[in-house]
Amino acid sequence: MAPFLAIFITFVALPAVLGLWMSLHDWDYMFEVRPFVGLENYFNLFDSASAAYQMFWNGMRATAIFTVASVPLLMAVPLALAVLLNRRFAGRTFFRAVFFMPYVLGVAVVGLLFRFALDPNIGIINAGISALGLEGVLNALGISTPIPWITAQPWAWISLVLMTVWWTLGFNTIIYLAGLQDIPRELYDAAKVDGASGWQQFRHVTLPGLRNVILFVVIITTLASANMFGQSVMVTGGGPGDSTRTALMVILGEGLESFRMGSAAAMSYLLAVFLGIVSIINVLLVRGRRRS
Amino acid sequence: MNRLDIFPAYSLSRRRFLTATAAMGAGALLSACGGGSSPSNPGADTPAEPAADTYDGPSVELEFWNGFTGGDGPFMKQLVDQFNAEHDAVTVRMTVMEWADYYSRLPAAVTSGRGPDVGIMHVDSLSTNAARNVIMPLDDVATALELDSSDFADAVWSAGEYKGQRFGIPLDVHPLGFYYNKTVLEEAGLDPEAPPMDRSSYEDALEALKSAGISGHWMSPHAFTGSMTLQSLIWQFGGSLFNDDGTEVLWDQDPAIEALTWMVDAINDGYSPTDVGQDADAIALQNGQAAFNWNGIWHMNNLNEVPDLEWGVAPLPNIGGAPAAWAGSHNFVMTTQRSPDDNKLDAARVFINWVSRQSLAWAEGGQVPARTSVRESAEFAELTDQATFAEQVDYLRFPPAVPGIGDAFEDFDQALNEAVLLTKEPADALRSAAERAAKKLEENRNRFGE
Repeated sequence: MAPFLAIFITFVALPAVLGLWMSLHDWDYMFEVRPFVGLENYFNLFDSASAAYQMFWNGMRATAIFTVASVPLLMAVPLALAVLLNRRFAGRTFFRAVFFMPYVLGVAVVGLLFRFALDPNIGIINAGISALGLEGVLNALGISTPIPWITAQPWAWISLVLMTVWWTLGFNTIIYLAGLQDIPRELYDAAKVDGASGWQQFRHVTLPGLRNVILFVVIITTLASANMFGQSVMVTGGGPGDSTRTALMVILGEGLESFRMGSAAAMSYLLAVFLGIVSIINVLLVRGRRRS
Repeated sequence: MNRLDIFPAYSLSRRRFLTATAAMGAGALLSACGGGSSPSNPGADTPAEPAADTYDGPSVELEFWNGFTGGDGPFMKQLVDQFNAEHDAVTVRMTVMEWADYYSRLPAAVTSGRGPDVGIMHVDSLSTNAARNVIMPLDDVATALELDSSDFADAVWSAGEYKGQRFGIPLDVHPLGFYYNKTVLEEAGLDPEAPPMDRSSYEDALEALKSAGISGHWMSPHAFTGSMTLQSLIWQFGGSLFNDDGTEVLWDQDPAIEALTWMVDAINDGYSPTDVGQDADAIALQNGQAAFNWNGIWHMNNLNEVPDLEWGVAPLPNIGGAPAAWAGSHNFVMTTQRSPDDNKLDAARVFINWVSRQSLAWAEGGQVPARTSVRESAEFAELTDQATFAEQVDYLRFPPAVPGIGDAFEDFDQALNEAVLLTKEPADALRSAAERAAKKLEENRNRFGE
């Protein structure tokens, strides 16, 4: 216990307390004098006349949009995939590896890849659309071509969400697979004897059996999405305008580019409080389904 | 500026390429006429300086940090190796990192006493780092090296001053310039040896290119290169980004609106595609999809590597009426030391002076030497492309030496982005950005006690 405690205090407790302390000051580590400003850094975030206000809440909005758009997909798609990959068929292991593969790439690699693939004028995706003659189909649907994948909304969000799903679905799939293998076979056999259809088996055996796994996945996926940073940096640069500039990008800019570390610490704490609340709601929602 | 132009990620660090009016205001007077050494100088020596060409103290090692990760890195490495070979007692160890990392790591390193002895900084970051005590005044170095404004282009020299002290020794100037694709011009029936240099002929050329089915000038909505283009245009139209002492934002005024409108009109008139991606403007020129690209001098290296590309360079066309061009500048800096070591300081001076004199080799890497003597030498004239860009040296502009001025450029870049992506009217975009930037400047004044 002692070594763990030492590590916990050094790397979690102390920085957390120091961050709180920072957020109460006009903190710049280059200056000897770091004036105590009380809750001013926090008040500024709720005062529409301050420079930080608009920046921060636009960042929070971008983070919220991305989280709400990506989490359901990152919950559902890997679950469907895990159920499929859990069946016995030739090449099963190969397919598991294929779906997991993008996850091992770093965000810089994935970002650069999509940045060029999605380029509105010189990207391979728009080139493919015109090569396949799909422009007529899109125009008939009311979509003008070439599609501005990363330079206009809502396309920028669509691109960021889909590339994130492609990139990270392997991780959640593996977690789900592990959970699926823990569900006793006898339950499915019993369900079949009772005449349950495939859907009913999924609904009444698979889902309840995965409850704890789902809770785990929903929480870490939400936190991962709320901490989205690299994709925006690499692919859209926070644009168009500042629409994809996430809270994390704002905090980093405030703390390490503008060196307003007190203000950045206050922003981080506010973000942490929000994430805490969201996690609690997640827990309550998943638990609440126990009534079935 | 050095950056692999295929690497959009680092275009984030906006403080790397700011610019604005030449600081001729109260804050930065042209002094540095041989004196100007400040009494508060750490390690300032007596006026009886040794000649800064030679170092005869005990052996020292100097740490030298910079962000030359692109095509210019090898040129600097070569200079450092040559310096080490010629100076037995001094060993310079060069560490290269991305500029974005460099600017956030350097203050931390200096605080913990592990900062480098010598570094490079963009001219627009000098005042911020001076105010935060990251770098130290170099008046004594300038004096010891017998440098004064006559050695350098005025705008470059005065931009390295903050509160009457000198913090940077200029190494180079890297202006924006005009690149054109000769093959594409020929296809459109234009003279490939005489690119258009004023507004009417430029617009005529764009029209001719459009008739030939070519979007002549791709307008970038990104800091690279759109922001630099817009800044150049604002000065050409007779405007400014800031007032001289950097207390007011002026890009919500008519010249700026006119400049941005000209860019947006090029899109509306079909001279530029919409939704131009980061670096797509440069790639389009290489691919023959565009005739013109306003890009930094460092971009030459990239074009030189493209086989069979027929391209030329010229100073920026004068669209607005007054000649002007965006530029950045790399400056030598010395970081604040906890316990200054006089031998190291002397060695650092020798190193800075030596590289500064050798900057012809540096110019080959796609730069204009800051030193007048080098810039006006016959050898530099032989680097014809670089020399063409250097013709603009008398009307280049730099931002006012105000700490935290970089914070305002984030808003400027956003206005450009919104307008060029056609999501906001130029005037609206500029006004709301100016409002936000003005707040930041005010908060910074309170912070840095301006």
